[in-house]
Amino acid sequence: MRQSCRALDWGQGVPLPRDSGARGGSMSTCSVSKGCFVFKPNSKKRRISSTGDYFSEGKNDSEDSGLRFATCQLLWKQINSEMEKIQDELNKQLFDNLINFLRQSHSEFQTESTEWMCRMKSSEIPTAALVLGVNVTDHDLTFKSLSEVLQDSITPYVVSLQAKECPGIKHLLQKLMGQLMNCYVDVDDSEEEECVNISQKKMRCSMASLSQWYKDVTKKSGFETSSKKRTSSSRHWQSPPIVVIFKDMESFTTKVLQDFIVISSQHIHEIPLVLIFGIATSPMIIHRLLPHSVSSLLCIELFQSLSCKEHMATVIDKLLLTTQFPFKLSEKVLQVLINIFLYHDFSVQNFIKGFQLSVVEHFYSQPLSVLCCQLQEAKKRINSLSHNQCENIRSLPSFRRYVESQVSEKQIALLTEDNFLKEVTQTLLEDLNSYHENYFPVLRCLHVFTSSLPKYPLGKQIRELHCACLGKRVWETEEYGSAVQLMRMLAKAELVAILQKCVEIFTSSSGKQFSNTIEKMEEFLTRFQNLEAETNDIQDVSVSSQNELQKKTDLYHLQKTLLELKESKRSKKLTKFEMLRFEVVDFIESLVRSYLTPAEMQTLNEVVYFNTANTLREHLNAAPRIALHTALNNPYCYLKNQTLKSDVGCISNTAPDICIAYKLHLECGRLINLVDWLEAFSTVVTAVEGKDLDSTATDQMDEIIHARFIRAVSELELLGFIKPSKQKTDHVARLTWGGC
Amino acid sequence: MPNFEHPEYPEATLLHLESMVPCRESQVSSLLSVFGKRQHFSFPSIFIYGHTSSGKTYVIQTVLETLELPHLFVNCIECFTSRLLLEEILTQLQNLSSEKKHGSRVPCDTFNDFVRLFKQETITQDLQNQTVYIVLDKAEQLREMEANVLPGFLRLQEFTDRNVTVIFLSEIVWELFRPNTGCLEPFTLYFPDYSIGHLQKILSHYHPPEYSADFYAAYINILLGVFYTVCRDLKELRHLAALNFTKYCEPVVRGEASERDTRRLWKNIESHLKKAMQTVYLREISSSQWEKIQQDDGEPGHLKGLSAHAHVELPYYSKFLLIAAYLASYNPARTDKRFFLKHHGKIKKTNFLKKHEKTSNHLLGPKPFPLDRLLAILYSIVDNKVAPTANIFSQITSLVTLQLLTLVGHDDQLDGPKYKCTVSLDFIRAIARTVNFDIIKYLYDFL
Repeated sequence: MRQSCRALDWGQGVPLPRDSGARGGSMSTCSVSKGCFVFKPNSKKRRISSTGDYFSEGKNDSEDSGLRFATCQLLWKQINSEMEKIQDELNKQLFDNLINFLRQSHSEFQTESTEWMCRMKSSEIPTAALVLGVNVTDHDLTFKSLSEVLQDSITPYVVSLQAKECPGIKHLLQKLMGQLMNCYVDVDDSEEEECVNISQKKMRCSMASLSQWYKDVTKKSGFETSSKKRTSSSRHWQSPPIVVIFKDMESFTTKVLQDFIVISSQHIHEIPLVLIFGIATSPMIIHRLLPHSVSSLLCIELFQSLSCKEHMATVIDKLLLTTQFPFKLSEKVLQVLINIFLYHDFSVQNFIKGFQLSVVEHFYSQPLSVLCCQLQEAKKRINSLSHNQCENIRSLPSFRRYVESQVSEKQIALLTEDNFLKEVTQTLLEDLNSYHENYFPVLRCLHVFTSSLPKYPLGKQIRELHCACLGKRVWETEEYGSAVQLMRMLAKAELVAILQKCVEIFTSSSGKQFSNTIEKMEEFLTRFQNLEAETNDIQDVSVSSQNELQKKTDLYHLQKTLLELKESKRSKKLTKFEMLRFEVVDFIESLVRSYLTPAEMQTLNEVVYFNTANTLREHLNAAPRIALHTALNNPYCYLKNQTLKSDVGCISNTAPDICIAYKLHLECGRLINLVDWLEAFSTVVTAVEGKDLDSTATDQMDEIIHARFIRAVSELELLGFIKPSKQKTDHVARLTWGGC
Repeated sequence: MPNFEHPEYPEATLLHLESMVPCRESQVSSLLSVFGKRQHFSFPSIFIYGHTSSGKTYVIQTVLETLELPHLFVNCIECFTSRLLLEEILTQLQNLSSEKKHGSRVPCDTFNDFVRLFKQETITQDLQNQTVYIVLDKAEQLREMEANVLPGFLRLQEFTDRNVTVIFLSEIVWELFRPNTGCLEPFTLYFPDYSIGHLQKILSHYHPPEYSADFYAAYINILLGVFYTVCRDLKELRHLAALNFTKYCEPVVRGEASERDTRRLWKNIESHLKKAMQTVYLREISSSQWEKIQQDDGEPGHLKGLSAHAHVELPYYSKFLLIAAYLASYNPARTDKRFFLKHHGKIKKTNFLKKHEKTSNHLLGPKPFPLDRLLAILYSIVDNKVAPTANIFSQITSLVTLQLLTLVGHDDQLDGPKYKCTVSLDFIRAIARTVNFDIIKYLYDFL
């Protein structure tokens, strides 16, 4: 959604007013309200601009900071290009449809047919209603690539308009013509026409001049293509359409849209105009914005983009559930990112930005992240680790656990000899790598099972399953138990289909360890096929018992037989199918237990897993009100000045004036008497300063204190804690409630 | 014997004119008599009004063109400022007075300049001798321009001292134009709606060359039978006629029916037209899609209209924000206690409310509510604890940009903003269902 621009300013939490009106922009520290946020110097933007220096000036030891920075950048570059590839693939279908539509839309314009049909039909403006979903922040990227695609394949004349740029029809036309004439300049910037075009900007913005311009331009470019064989313009047709994209249809005012459509429909014979409405909610909005008389001028076709949830699923699949990238997210971090996505914004871009922040944060805060690269490279790097880094390895909790499990001689060697440690680390990293190689195929396999169960005890999406497996031993959870129980009740057809899918997953995965697994599964499959004959027998049995039931008419006998049947069912030996089913489920369970162990249990997991979810939450899901309260209530938290350290209850007079005023106001009711407040304020302030009270100085002091008080009060008013009240004289009203 | 009699023009021209403007004979003849002879001064201004597509623009244009009167046509929507309008008139006037085009535009900012420049442009003998007609189409836009534009045009003849007549074309009556400072009253002329007979006559007039006029007239008859109740817009009807004609001809083309077999043809087309009324006419399906369906001979059922995609996916908290906003908009504030406090006690509906609150709030529409109330309701309807993070606040702003909420009052107001919830009951019920929230239980109207 719309908010991300704020969230993307990376943790420089913007203190929002209570309505979170649109803002953003530069974060200077001049204002009091902005001062209550820590400006943690880990903005990604700055980091890259000041290159690797930043990594080394951090508080933690500067081991390999340059290398870490380089690794981080390289990794991000790879991830980013992968992301772009995914985006392109996802958008391809939609864009292809749109391009087809655009090609057809003005085919009559090309052929200039004069049939009766065409004369009779009112010439509508071809319009594509592009439904993109509510994640408005993602739209910019989509529109950007859309206009690039269009410019490549259809027409150089692509204009995108935003509602806030077009408060009136005049501005809209100005914007439209400005962009059109510019893109014309782009097409042949070598020509001397440039200056003419610039002067044309002063030309009056009306549709008539636009159509004149279009006529000139197409005539000229047509001439050029024939004479100069320009490759750039030969991609397009003789008269390429002008595509106008309304990025945010919802925000346009009805009048502007209506006027524009009415005007352009009068010129549709001269300019091949195509409109694209970017719609975030539902296409109903078109009917809500445009009356029938206007919408009847349009020929609207609907295009729907992939829903953002599916988009997200693909991104997670390609980005997280793969061994392609060494960097991994821990369960908690992933949960934070997913929660922000599902609960707040539905924005895939924000998710990726959050992922980027995790990458940067990991490489910045974890000195051992230098080993977070491809295995071969990591092994090389281990050899050149310094003593400090070795100490870092030794202090990792997971490594300590590992050491404790070793025999005592080895323990000593691990803790004292750097070289031995390096050797062991290499093997441990190998183990970690193979853990990942096994983990993902098994996870997918388990997902195939759980996603076919009723009510999805382990979640419908693979990401839920992934989170469950990452965090704890999944086989110990209640949900897993119920899932296994349900798995034991799967029908044969389902089970066979699932097994086939699992075989596919394992065969496509790179790990060689799975050859046994595949064999085993294929064996299961063949055994299922051999079962056919037996199942028929079972049916016969059940049919005969049914017949018996029907014969009995006596109530007593009926009851008796029913009881017998029940008994026999309980004690009945399991059919072969059921046996086999148990075997399959047990096999899957054994796979899960051996391969889906939680990541935290892995030795050296800290090297590749980013797990400080708190930092991420602080940055991405800022809570301005809480931060404001902390800043005013406990200034030490942000100012880090030892004299400000105080007990919870009391009010220190060394705190900034506004903090004193704030604390005092917390004790008041809805209406605050200014005189009382001032008195309390001056008491607190003079508590220490006024050790030697003499009368002449107090007067002087009072004036100053008065002024300080007034300033503090007006600052509080600015922050929205109080406002002047007309109910009582000399009172202000509190706008917040509770002492927090 | 032509309907129009005028000593000025040859009979052939008048006959031709008559054939061009079917069903508008009386209006045209009164126009002709108002115009008088070419060199005569006419009314300073003529105001023509009538419903959408009642032929105003077409008739005026045809009359002026057939009689070769000097005239210029300006669309006031296109010229959205008075400056654009005046300059457009002057440019067209330049083209009128001299054959060769003046490339340069005449800068003209005020009406005063316009009068001066107008006089300069019409100095030629040619324009002096005959009445110049300025037609201002969609004249209702003039009301939104500067206050002096409309009265100025009304007395243009007097100001410029030239033989000029301004014709206003509008869809609304003159009474809605009249400025309160008073003005020169124009000659008003009403173009009534076409009757069903007129529509039949006009639509059948342009029959496709491949088929006989009678065949097409029968088709138009069926078409009007279906559409006349909902649509009298000539343009729209003509469009629909063109769209569905191929379907009508199908049995004839396939040789299953003759052109005279009206009953069979009617059976073939009627349901199709009704479907068209629900889809193409409402622009639920675009006309090109409709044509494609016809060509493929498929059922339009599989192609969903725009309204079918009413479902909107929202993030979890946005859903609750919207629900909270809906509750705040449609419940009286005093009932919040009843719904959201644990020990609220019984409140009887009849005694509790003032008289005006007894009418259904859903009939009255949404009421504005302050942000605080929205958040208070949100905190009490969401099961788990919601931290007042920046994301929650920006979600509210997002909902406003999506037009699901509207900000009441000015955008700049940071202190205590008020909102209204603009979604419908059906929409909110669909949303509430996805989060298992029984919204009906919380709505005062449904207690």
